[in-house]
Amino acid sequence: MTFINYASREINCKIVYYGPGLCGKTTNLQHVYDSTATGAKGKLISLATETDRTLFFDFLPLELGSVRGFKTRFHLYTVPGQVFYDASRKLILKGVDGVVFVADSQEERMDANIESLYNLEENLKDHGYDLLKLPYVLQLNKRDLPTALPVADLIGELNRKDEPVHEAIAAKGTGVFDTLKSVAKQVLTELRKS
Amino acid sequence: MVNSTIILREQHHLQIKTVLDKLRMDATARIAFLVDKAGQPLAVNGDIGDLDTTSLASLAAGNVAATDGMAKLIGEREFPTLSHEGEHESLYICVIGRALLVVVFDERSSLGLVKLRVKQASRDLATVLDTIAREMLENKDAETAFFDEITDDDIDSLFN
Repeated sequence: MTFINYASREINCKIVYYGPGLCGKTTNLQHVYDSTATGAKGKLISLATETDRTLFFDFLPLELGSVRGFKTRFHLYTVPGQVFYDASRKLILKGVDGVVFVADSQEERMDANIESLYNLEENLKDHGYDLLKLPYVLQLNKRDLPTALPVADLIGELNRKDEPVHEAIAAKGTGVFDTLKSVAKQVLTELRKS
Repeated sequence: MVNSTIILREQHHLQIKTVLDKLRMDATARIAFLVDKAGQPLAVNGDIGDLDTTSLASLAAGNVAATDGMAKLIGEREFPTLSHEGEHESLYICVIGRALLVVVFDERSSLGLVKLRVKQASRDLATVLDTIAREMLENKDAETAFFDEITDDDIDSLFN
C-alpha cells in the first residue's frame, strides 16, 4: 500500500523479501544497509532469535532519490523463513507493494524453495493479492556454491509470470542492488499505471 | 493494488497535526503520532529529538499486527489498544480503522490520563481519516494525475 504525502512530498512504498529459511533475505538487506550512504538509509532493525535467525522481520528504510519533486522512500522488510513462523510471514505481507522471492540455488533446497513460493502465493491470497498482478522479482541466490543448480532448472521450477530473474551472491553483494532496482522500478511503474 | 494507496493532502496533514498537538498537550505526552497499519508514519507531533520515528512506526505496526493475530487465535476480532509501561518512558497505541495512534509519555503523565485524552483524539482523527478516504474515492483520477506525468526516464534516473 503506497503512501503519498503531499505535505512532505514523499512517496512511501513497502517491499518484502520472501523465501525459505537461510536463503539470504537478511543478507540482502544487510548488504543494502552496508553499501548505502548514511543520509539515504535509516536503522536496520532485526527482530531475531538468539542464534540470529529472523524471528519476526528485518526492516530497513531507504531513500532512493526524487521523482518530479517527490522523495521516494522504500521500506524493505524480510520475513522469517522457517516454516513454523507462517503466522508472522503472513502479517508482514500486509500492505505490500512489491515482493522479492529469494531462492536458494542449492539442489538440496529446491523443495524448500517450491514450498516457500507456494506459501507466498497462499499468504498473498489471504490478503487479497494475486502474485501474478503484483510487482515481483525472482532472485537466484548462492550462485557460487558447488551444489547450485543450473539457472535454467531453477527458472523452470520457480518462474511464475516471466518475472525479472537476477542471479546473486548476496554474501558478496553480487546482484543485490540489481534485484532491488528491478522490484523498485516495477513498483513505481505500477503506481503510474494504477 | 488491493490495499488502496493513501494520499495525504496538506490540509489533512495539518488537521491531523492539530489533533495530535492538542492530544499531546492535554495528555502531557512527549510525542503523538499517527501510523498506517502497514507501518508508514503519517504524521508526527512532539519532542522527537533523535528518536527514529520511522523504525518506531514499523515496530508499532508489527506489534499491533502480532497482537491482532493473537486476538484472532483466541476468538477476538482485535485488541483495539496496547500499552507498554517502562521505568521512565511508556507507549500507548490505539487502533483507529486502518491507522494507529501512538503516544509516547513519561513520568509527567499517566496511563489513565493518556487513555482518557486518546478517546477524544481518536474520534477526531477517525473523522479526518474518513474524509481522506471519501475524498480519495471521489477524486481518484485527479489525486493520481501526478503519476501519469512520471516517465520511464524519471524512474531510471533514480537508479543512475
